[in-house]
Amino acid sequence: MTQTAADSPAPARRQRAQLKERTLRTDQWWRYPLVTFIIFTAFLVYATWAIFDNDFFVAPYHAPFASPCLAEAVCPEEAQLFGWAPFGDWYTWPPGLLILGLPAGFRFTCYYYRKAYYRAFWLSPPACAVNEPHSKYTGESRFPLILQNIHRYFFYAAIVVGLILAYDAVKALIEKPAGIGTWVLIGNAILINLYTLSCHSCRHITAGRLNHFSKHPIRYRAWGFVSKLNAKHQELALISMFSVMGADLYVRLVAKGVISFPFA
Amino acid sequence: MSYKAKFRVWRGEGGEGKLEDFTVEVNEGEVVLDIIHRLQATQAPDLAVRWNCKAGKCGSCSMEINGKPRLGCMTRMSTFAEDETITVTPMRTFPVIKDLVTDVSFNYQKAREIPSFTPPAGVQPGEYRMQQIDVERSQEFRKCIECFMCNNVCHVIRDHEENKPAFAGPRFLMRIAELDMHPYDVVDRKDSAQEDHGLGYCNITKCCTEVCPEHIKITDNALIPMKERVVDRKYDPLVWLGDKIFKRSRSTKG
Repeated sequence: MTQTAADSPAPARRQRAQLKERTLRTDQWWRYPLVTFIIFTAFLVYATWAIFDNDFFVAPYHAPFASPCLAEAVCPEEAQLFGWAPFGDWYTWPPGLLILGLPAGFRFTCYYYRKAYYRAFWLSPPACAVNEPHSKYTGESRFPLILQNIHRYFFYAAIVVGLILAYDAVKALIEKPAGIGTWVLIGNAILINLYTLSCHSCRHITAGRLNHFSKHPIRYRAWGFVSKLNAKHQELALISMFSVMGADLYVRLVAKGVISFPFA
Repeated sequence: MSYKAKFRVWRGEGGEGKLEDFTVEVNEGEVVLDIIHRLQATQAPDLAVRWNCKAGKCGSCSMEINGKPRLGCMTRMSTFAEDETITVTPMRTFPVIKDLVTDVSFNYQKAREIPSFTPPAGVQPGEYRMQQIDVERSQEFRKCIECFMCNNVCHVIRDHEENKPAFAGPRFLMRIAELDMHPYDVVDRKDSAQEDHGLGYCNITKCCTEVCPEHIKITDNALIPMKERVVDRKYDPLVWLGDKIFKRSRSTKG
């Protein structure tokens, strides 16, 4: 039987072990937050550059960070989504500014990314069983972090963005099936959509919110599929982050003429 | 093959104490708990350690080995280098009774605060009818051996003693998720998960999952699904509207 404080002869003295060390871990626990910090910072630096870079389109390739292009003044007609450009001549800023908030919001509120940046950027905690440096903690129980609960709305938006990237890839396939850029965009579109479908909110919406799976066999099968993807959510989040960065850079380098061989 | 290992073990009562050094024999196939027992038998007869099954199923011998929450009986000595000093301390989040034995009554208190399984009125035991797929999600959570290492490692209370009254810890938030997912449980647990048991404190950094000796996916399969259920209830206007339009009861689940 477990002894409890009630059995104690000196409850007033009862407290945690007074260990002075922040952690007694002897492994390289700092590697995960450090590597995460470096990768995410590199992604942010690249994304910031890409937003303000204007070489985002070279027919038939459309850089993912600027797709869809919704501004009449800054988007070539071919780059517009079905010729749709709701932002008129008055809008002359980079087109990425109009849409990047959606995929960025999806990743920022993603359960995997939350884990990663809470650990790497906010050190809350930096690693398991390593003390965090903050004197107070309320987590996601109040403003502003309670806003993380809007993740599912970014998921709905990410579905649309994923479909648009797939459309860009199919368009490139039709116009230039042998182009390396076409297959770069196809690979990226597949990874982005897999990452989107593996989302925890997607898992919840398909059937996770139900308690009687047996009454909803189709939703249950969809939940099973999403659950399998969900088990790889972290991997898909990272791979798709690299793929979108790589595909975006590739298109821009082709647009700039840096990559100019025949099947580019 | 036997060798002499260097151990540093926390000794003391009621939080006060120090790490004491020992050199102790280790034989092939032994686990850390075996070495602690050898220390008791040879050098420190008053060394306190809680243990029972020695098979990783009772959850008694939770301790921190080289700073990581582990079961003493499931941590093989062969995972350490022979010249490595192995530090063994009690779980940090709970008060120390003596040496490696902690007072885990915080967890029993939290367990008592959760309303138990409540079937619909009029359904008697023996009349429950459900299919395997309806309950297998919850069955994963039933593997819990209550070693409380997840609650021990969770920084919400490990680093912030002041959060203990408001936060039930991963073990009991998982219990709430288990009951909320149960097809025959009628208690509405979503509001109380957030308001009374502190689900919002969880920032899903997954340490509970990392330390679970039963490899339960606590974060992915219990805490995040429960967070999503709370979003349905408290933060999603579309779900609220759907409930109104289709006259769905907010306490019953599909």
